[in-house]
Amino acid sequence: MAKLKLAVYWTAACGGCDVAILDMNERIMAVGDACDIVLWPLAADGKYHHVEGMPDHSIDVCLFHGAIRNSENLAMARLLREKSNILVSFGSCASLGGIPGLANFYSREEIFRRAYMESESTVNREGVFPQQSVAVPEGELTLPEFFDTVYTLAQVVPVDYFIPGCPPTTDQIWTAVQAVVSGNLPPRKTVIAGRKSLCDECPRVKEEKKIQSFKRPFEVMVDPAKCLIEQGIVCCGPATRGGCGARCTKANMPCRGCFGPPDQIADQGAKLVGALASIIDSQDPQELRKISHLLADPAGIFYRFSLADSLLKHKRKEVC
Amino acid sequence: MTGRFEPNIVGILCNWCSYTGADLAGVARIKYPANIKIVRVMCTGRVDPAFVLKAFKEGADGVLVSGCHPGSCHYVDGNIKMMRREPLLSAMLEQLGIEGTRFKLVWVSASEGERFAKIVAEMTEEIRRLGPLTIKEGEQVG
Repeated sequence: MAKLKLAVYWTAACGGCDVAILDMNERIMAVGDACDIVLWPLAADGKYHHVEGMPDHSIDVCLFHGAIRNSENLAMARLLREKSNILVSFGSCASLGGIPGLANFYSREEIFRRAYMESESTVNREGVFPQQSVAVPEGELTLPEFFDTVYTLAQVVPVDYFIPGCPPTTDQIWTAVQAVVSGNLPPRKTVIAGRKSLCDECPRVKEEKKIQSFKRPFEVMVDPAKCLIEQGIVCCGPATRGGCGARCTKANMPCRGCFGPPDQIADQGAKLVGALASIIDSQDPQELRKISHLLADPAGIFYRFSLADSLLKHKRKEVC
Repeated sequence: MTGRFEPNIVGILCNWCSYTGADLAGVARIKYPANIKIVRVMCTGRVDPAFVLKAFKEGADGVLVSGCHPGSCHYVDGNIKMMRREPLLSAMLEQLGIEGTRFKLVWVSASEGERFAKIVAEMTEEIRRLGPLTIKEGEQVG
């Protein structure tokens, strides 16, 4: 059997997804046996112009991780879509916007001002900002355009499969590898993860939910057997897709929501407001306000990974 | 047609108190602005915060959620659940750039037609002053 052609590419991401693939340990050998890697900037070689020179659909599988932050990301997403048979939105950044998607709480101007003027380690007396093109004696230098908004991969090109997770687990990756190698593919657009919420697979004991205040994990001695929400800890489990094996909650850490919402939920943040606020044990509007204000950054917590893929997608530009 | 901005307000009203209250306003021929478009739900406890976000996304300039006064919910404490969600939801909306005045939670009983009309008139004026809620999309990259 001819070897499959595999590409792994990153855009606005941290590289943890690449490491997650390598974390399959000896199973990575099976990937090596089954695939020729045509492009993998972090772990192998392959140049953009090689990919550009390939016929369309000649890459069998492309694992694409990272959000779409600038025009170079977009160009590579379009190129790899064209050249790949199966384009997999790999990891939370590609699938949901992920941590880079949190930049959607700010406009491009605010981000530039913070990064190039205001940050504590910056001295920029002349107010120099990166330009898309600049003329130097040697010629013109160009940079990609930094978009005002962060996009998910599926918002810019059609995607075949989604593997969420920050990073995806090796089991998910292995499931995907086996599906591709065996040719036994699930229906298009399948999200390779659980169907139900994280709570469904979290082994903690869940009883009556009533909370007096919102706490951070370091503020309490966490009971290892009891539901974290019942202990007042903000856990995103109720509105987050399972399939990770409850790795965080098993380690006494609340779910951060990296798998995004399950199929039935349109907006992870809104659902988390519903799930967590409805169980505050008070009927007094003033007390409710006080308890709610213990959460300094509700949108940042509830949309930690899914802002770019949420109903509103970003802060209103008019008020940025 | 005047050039005046007419806000689009989505009203999510509970079946037992507020919808009946709005109905009473109609039966009693109390005038209130036609800016409100009313959706009836069985209880404000059913109002998923996503409904509010969706209304804003689809073009509402304001969202009014109205239920039974605390203590008189047909389902005992459905309205209390909405009362608990309101502060967090408002905070989240502010972070997303949607001003606090655009989302309101009020209590209107079945006998308070006049109160309902007054609330709608006030909210319409407030949002008129605030201007339309536009949600601009990002660059055309799709």
